[in-house]
Amino acid sequence: MNKDISIQHVDEAGYVGLAESISGCGGRLVALWGARTYGFKGVFSAYCHENSLLVARLSLPDSRSTFPSVSALFPSAVRMERAVRDLFGLDPEGLSDRRPWLDHGDWGTRAPLSESPRIATFSGDDGDYPFVWVSGEGVHEIPVGPVHAGIIEPGHFRFQVVGEKVLRMEERLGFTHKGIDGLYRGASRAKAARLSGRVSGDSTVGHALAFAQAIEGALEIETPPRSKWLRGLFLERERIANHLGDLGALANDAGLSFGLVQFSRLKEDLFRQNRDLFGHRLLMDLVVPGGVARDLEPAGRDTLIRSGIALEETVRILETLYEEHGGLQDRFMGTGVLSPEIAGRLGLTGVVGRASGQRGDLRADLNRPPYNDLAVMPALETSGDVRARVVVRFFELLECLRLERLIMERMPDGPIQCPVPEGVPGSEGVGWVEGWRGEILSWVRLGRSGTLEGGHSHDPSWILWPALELAVPGNLVADFPLINKSFNLSYSGHDV
Amino acid sequence: MHHILYRILKTGILTEPAPSPSDTLLAQAENLSALSYRRFGHSLSIRHLDAGSCNGCELEIHLLNSPYSMLEALGFRFVASPRHADLLMVTGPVSLHMKEALLATWEAMPHPKLVVAVGDCSLDGGVFAGSYAVAGGVDSVVPVRVRVPGCPPDPRALLQGLITAVEG
Ligand code: SF4
Repeated sequence: MNKDISIQHVDEAGYVGLAESISGCGGRLVALWGARTYGFKGVFSAYCHENSLLVARLSLPDSRSTFPSVSALFPSAVRMERAVRDLFGLDPEGLSDRRPWLDHGDWGTRAPLSESPRIATFSGDDGDYPFVWVSGEGVHEIPVGPVHAGIIEPGHFRFQVVGEKVLRMEERLGFTHKGIDGLYRGASRAKAARLSGRVSGDSTVGHALAFAQAIEGALEIETPPRSKWLRGLFLERERIANHLGDLGALANDAGLSFGLVQFSRLKEDLFRQNRDLFGHRLLMDLVVPGGVARDLEPAGRDTLIRSGIALEETVRILETLYEEHGGLQDRFMGTGVLSPEIAGRLGLTGVVGRASGQRGDLRADLNRPPYNDLAVMPALETSGDVRARVVVRFFELLECLRLERLIMERMPDGPIQCPVPEGVPGSEGVGWVEGWRGEILSWVRLGRSGTLEGGHSHDPSWILWPALELAVPGNLVADFPLINKSFNLSYSGHDV
Repeated sequence: MHHILYRILKTGILTEPAPSPSDTLLAQAENLSALSYRRFGHSLSIRHLDAGSCNGCELEIHLLNSPYSMLEALGFRFVASPRHADLLMVTGPVSLHMKEALLATWEAMPHPKLVVAVGDCSLDGGVFAGSYAVAGGVDSVVPVRVRVPGCPPDPRALLQGLITAVEG
């Protein structure tokens, strides 16, 4: 496993003690998940402290069905702990929010991943989901979703408004829950790798990479140098594609459709180039345990250098255009502010965190190839508004293009895969990747004959969705689509 | 300053090389537009419903609006209400949490209720088949007219699927 990751076996006191000491020294919660396999039942919480990932692994005896909540120390734990309860029937002790989260009452069972899933006696209780209600003169409620007008994923937003102003917004997610943790159980590694690439399609490279790292960590194998550089290339191209898409959509939402036309053409060109060079427009299934599935031909290298230069030129023009467009800046500036103070308290990272003053980008912070050879410059803005999230995307987009060029120049020759042994059943590994949206984490536990006993894929949207609720109050209802777009969180990645 | 920049970009588009022979997106889109006028008397109104997709299919559906096929410029509309939809485009393995919404949307549509299932997982659950949380295929919930395979299908395959559906 990468030197920057460690898994610590803890008892309940140790589980809480670690959370307290991490919280005491300014560390943050990255992910929290439950697991039940043949040999293990329990809960994991992963923290980042001084550029290392500390994973607390709490094993629970069969008789025990509770675990201590850390939500008082880390507010972002609340939904993840509710999810553990919904899926595994393990009850977070001390968590005051008793509402279900991922379970909407439609599965026909309760706690489907526990040792004894209970048949649900009723279904479809979602109509009764108790939203928090603020009372007051002239407050009224606007429910939106789960199905929306545009081409977006399903989710429900409950606004409480006074006049045109949002007082409070509450999310209800889980509509796209597919039971991926359950599907990992007993899956062959090849099947599980494909699944990991479909946790959130827009982050297929990031999730597949975290998954591959987890497998490689469990097996204690290193993939060849060239494969690491190709993984970096794929990850940067995924970041480029998403930033292109977001920058176009953000201008469109703010009334400049010209921006959408330009950026969607650039994105389509990038996808076509991906197909021509690597066989898949979104780069799905290219990162596999042991390395990568496709190499870059020498001719492709020249193509990428040339097209990268042209793309950079166009992006710079568009950046100036956005900056000088009064109408756009008017909509972007001061809208959807998430203060650095709140962002820090929530432990935010990724695009949204960096737009709200949170330093940190695993590409720069971890000593891993290819990034340790590229001197990655992380973006940082402090105004926390839509404008800051646009600026961060432009900055990162241009930085990606610089990295892509360096990767082309410096990528070592050699094999792109190494042999992947079957490994010892029960071995576990964790992967940790700076995806385009933020930190992606993956955990696996190996089973017999090349299968998985269990697995989990964590998308940064878990940490970021609660932050959106805090960026909306005080804004006009009509500005919500723009603010939401500037976060652009994954529903599927969160709902898993 | 603006004007100059706009001009540079616009010229950029004008001087693009002519679309390659394989690049038939615009031709397909125009064909679809003509078919839809013939059949419905207006340009196609599409309702999109994400029934638990991984969002990969949505990335491709979005790109139907890139300048290469310009669906909206040709009069296509993605509509908010199923009551105004000629066609329903469904992605995902139908998560059980979205099953009701899919049924309700389908019921609210006017006849002939054309349903296009988009993407491998919408056909039979794909990689998500067998999960406790998915119905496993759009046609296990509503009748499907056209199935568009691919994970995800590219804009060309999407347009071809729409053409087949409208041709009837
Ligand atoms: S078909 Fe593939 S890309 Fe489309 S939603 Fe299903 S898994 Fe995602």
